Amino acid sequence: MPLLAVSELKKSFLTPEGFHQEVINVKQFTLNDEVHMALEGESGLGKTTFLNLIAGILKPDDGRIIIAGQAMSDLSELERDRLRATTIGYIFQTFNLLQGYTCLENVLLGMSFGPGADKAFAETLLQRVGLGEHLKHRPRQLSIGQQQRVAVARALANRPKLVLADEPTGNLDRKNASKSVTLIREVCRENGAALLLVSHDREILSQFENAQEFGDINKTSREETSP
Amino acid sequence: MTIWLIVFRSLRQHALSTIVTAFSVALAGGLLMSVWSIKQQAEATFTGVNAGFDAVLGARGSKLQLVLNAIFNLEASPGNLTWSDFLDVQSNPDVELAVPIAVGDNYHGYRLVGTTLDFFEKNEYAPGKKYALQPGGSWFDPRRREAVVGDFVARKMNLKAGDTFHPFHGLIFDDKNQHSETYVVVGVLKSSNTPADQVIWIPLEGIQKMSGHDPKMATEVSAVLVKLKADSALAGFQMDLMYNRQGNRLTFAWPIGTVMAELFDKIGWFDRVLTLVSYLVAIVATASILASIYNSMNERRREIAILRALGARRTTVFTCILLEAASISFLGMLAGFALYGIIFTIVAGIIRVQTGVVLDTFKFNLVMLWAPASLIALGALAGIVPAIKAYRTDVAQNLAPTS
Repeated sequence: MPLLAVSELKKSFLTPEGFHQEVINVKQFTLNDEVHMALEGESGLGKTTFLNLIAGILKPDDGRIIIAGQAMSDLSELERDRLRATTIGYIFQTFNLLQGYTCLENVLLGMSFGPGADKAFAETLLQRVGLGEHLKHRPRQLSIGQQQRVAVARALANRPKLVLADEPTGNLDRKNASKSVTLIREVCRENGAALLLVSHDREILSQFENAQEFGDINKTSREETSP
Repeated sequence: MTIWLIVFRSLRQHALSTIVTAFSVALAGGLLMSVWSIKQQAEATFTGVNAGFDAVLGARGSKLQLVLNAIFNLEASPGNLTWSDFLDVQSNPDVELAVPIAVGDNYHGYRLVGTTLDFFEKNEYAPGKKYALQPGGSWFDPRRREAVVGDFVARKMNLKAGDTFHPFHGLIFDDKNQHSETYVVVGVLKSSNTPADQVIWIPLEGIQKMSGHDPKMATEVSAVLVKLKADSALAGFQMDLMYNRQGNRLTFAWPIGTVMAELFDKIGWFDRVLTLVSYLVAIVATASILASIYNSMNERRREIAILRALGARRTTVFTCILLEAASISFLGMLAGFALYGIIFTIVAGIIRVQTGVVLDTFKFNLVMLWAPASLIALGALAGIVPAIKAYRTDVAQNLAPTS
């Protein structure tokens, strides 16, 4: 049984003009345990929406998402929060670090709502991403690359089975982007986590054995329907 | 732990508004506790202070003025009564002790009270407690110009046994009104925390026959302090009837506590106004908590969305905002206790200087429980509206950008 199984997934949004615009229409998608996969696609194709649906941040209009044997789409919001906190790690394009907190606290928050705070593990993760001497620094005291590494450590903090990465290199230069993806993959591998990364950067995608065009799996009509 | 970390960090991130709103809570709490506590303690203390007597007999006039003058050494005497009036009340079979006093002079603003040695030797100012002298002192000789100085006056005027002084005429100090008589301090009272500490005690005749006083005063007294026999249950009523209803020349102020309670009834409007002001400040403080957190909700949305993306429940972010609001009130109340201490100490100091009555800043009053509890609950209540806003925060929308 795959770690992630998506079937007949649909999601549309209401446009300002009052029409329903379909953004996601995925017939079938699977990801096995500890597998790293990249999805490629231009901006605006619904990649973030797809990841948010998998993470349970958004509720689909239709279809099923099964993660680690649990049907995300059948769960209540409370149960989705719990599943996200225990099973999923999320790396955002803009990192979404909490500015008022230290690096260590940011990572601790990544585990607090799931398995519970484990300071030693949080420190180990930060040391692993090369920030062992920056535990008490706040995000604004770090470079962009360092901030991204905090986000990586935070995503792994709850010992997730699945790490979702949304354009994780979008704010990095080419050299650092490549190093960053390598680091994400290494850390995921060391922690036994599967990785689903979306990006529009073909060079990054070339680092993956499993890379797919997002457009090939997301067959939206791109037509607006009346409310 | 996580919730408190989030609350603490948020308070720190919004430190300025936290401090300002907490200060307004402190003002409300400090004011409320001070007004309430001072009022209750002052009322209990002043209605309980009677210098060991049950009543005061004086010239026709206000009972309150009579008590304030004879017991608390405040206000002017409403007039004099004759020596035979004193003898009459002294010989009343229901009276255990009658002590005459005479006033009309001061020393640098501290009142000189003329009395007899009975005031010190036969009277207990509180059950089982008699006035006592500090070591090396003695009571005055009624035939000499000698004085026993209250503890507070002795400290303020640096008077000790063996010192001499000239009294000044009147109850208000005026250096042009110095009497020629010289008095010798023969003793200093041990502190009794009563109005006796604020007074210089001299023989009754000293006031009566002071140079410059009306010669008529030589046979008059300002008031008579009366202690009734314990077994004469109706004595007070009978004397009240005799002096106040049947007679029209004298006033019998009895019981002293009830007369003082009238004072607090008369000035009750004042503490009601202050209490109302503190309630209004509490409302403003609550509103400011609401406004400060609510106004910061826009900048917090992204933070809330991040926390939710990390797995925080809606109820968790709701609780965080509620606890943040309650914490502002809690911090405010900590400062409120400090403010209470300052206000109470200042007011108690003024009361002590004016009357000799001591109020205890640290005496427990129920207001110290219900005022902080109410303000913290109000603070939490103020957090409900922004907490609902946090609860409803759309995670996906606030985790921009999207790809």
